[in-house]
Amino acid sequence: MNPSAAGPLPVAPVLSETACALCFVLLPLALLAIAGVALINTGLGRSRSAAQALLGNLAIVAVTAIVFALVGATFTGAINGSSHTFQLAGKPWNWIGAGPLFLGGLSSAPLQSQLGLLFEFLAVALAALIPWGSGADRWRLVAGCAAAAVTAAIVFPLLAHWVWNDGWLSRLGVNFSLGSGFLDPGGAGTIHVLGGLSALAVIWIAGPRKGKFPKEGFSTALPGHNAIYVLFGCFVALVGWLALNAAGALLWLHSPLTALPATALSTLLAASGALAAAFTVTRVRFGKPDASLCANGWLSGLVASSACAAVITPIQALVVGVIAGIATPLLVEVFELAVSIDDPSGAISVHAVGGLLGLLAAGIFAEQTGQFLAQLIGIAALLGVILPLVYGLFWLLNCIVPFRVDPDGERIGMDLHELGGGAYPEFVIHRDDSYR
Amino acid sequence: MKFAGLLVLPAGFFLSVAAIVLFPAQSAASRAAFVLCGLAVEGLGLTVAFRGHMEARREQP
Repeated sequence: MNPSAAGPLPVAPVLSETACALCFVLLPLALLAIAGVALINTGLGRSRSAAQALLGNLAIVAVTAIVFALVGATFTGAINGSSHTFQLAGKPWNWIGAGPLFLGGLSSAPLQSQLGLLFEFLAVALAALIPWGSGADRWRLVAGCAAAAVTAAIVFPLLAHWVWNDGWLSRLGVNFSLGSGFLDPGGAGTIHVLGGLSALAVIWIAGPRKGKFPKEGFSTALPGHNAIYVLFGCFVALVGWLALNAAGALLWLHSPLTALPATALSTLLAASGALAAAFTVTRVRFGKPDASLCANGWLSGLVASSACAAVITPIQALVVGVIAGIATPLLVEVFELAVSIDDPSGAISVHAVGGLLGLLAAGIFAEQTGQFLAQLIGIAALLGVILPLVYGLFWLLNCIVPFRVDPDGERIGMDLHELGGGAYPEFVIHRDDSYR
Repeated sequence: MKFAGLLVLPAGFFLSVAAIVLFPAQSAASRAAFVLCGLAVEGLGLTVAFRGHMEARREQP
């Protein structure tokens, strides 16, 4: 392994000042994706844990920002920045960044690199938020923040470097003639599959909520407490996703400004197709459309669009959205009933599977030879490296900071147990029949 | 059992990477077959991990 400077790598195209200015306007709007996911996470949990859930979302954003600034940004590196590489089969394998510590030299870095860093700050916050919804009603706030810190310090920087900052996945095209290398401009893999796989690790470690899977009979339905939060979160998330996908296309694909309207349209159509499909599936399945599953469908369409909105046509995006919308409600049911996964926010179906679908679609509809194979290798890296790494790190973390709240805390609710007060103090808290 | 499944996952990843290292760009079919085999191994690992989770759930009092 040797730290190598930018020298041997081809210099990435420099964004025009107009593109940079547009990117700077889009990135703060992308915060709405985080706000939308936070609302959805909170609404899909229970009322007695609502304040803890929303505070947790906010705390995770803060923790990831601090940890990423102190440690993560160094390992993430930058396009044309310093990195560690090793030689295998005569090709360079750029596996981790070697940027300056504590955001050193940020002001003198090229504007494009600074904007890329800002994008990564938002991306890591979103990735760390996703498992928080899956651990709702039993995951302790401190443990959630600690897991977010691990994500921001180790896992996300590794993956973001591979995909966005001249890492080996992004160089598959140059080194192995696989299309344009692994394509993921909006973060379907880097943000959502990582978040979904982290959610799976959290669920495996923390276990299900008390009373979810009784000894006899089917699993107990523990519906989300506020469909308004969930559905409004979907609207808010759309604005954030439009901004995130457009900014990603500019920064990582160097798309021309004229391509951005089509990217936005593809994002909207993917979400719309997914909602229509989820609405139809739940209507057929249960006799009436299910609000939370429709919201999950909408979100899975947005997630799938993250990988492919900038590289496929709007009609192809609609098809991708429809497939994601059909798969999501069915998978939520399969995960709960067939494999005993208690995932209140449906993050595994929405973010992990939706993201994988988007990554596959980017390969299927691409025109370059070998692009599909590049996407498959990216998916193999996500499942083969990132999932075991996340599970291992979270398992170790659980030994130091236990993830699961004690039984008494689960009984009275996370709000009273962890914060000392509820989100809805004027409401009468009634006995929960599902808890025995 | 869950750990065993999770240990199988990197094996599938290395198989996929071996495909692009061992086969030249001209052997697209061989590359694709190797990568698909790698993904199949990962699928197997995931299945074992999920089965491990289900068994652990059943054993709980």
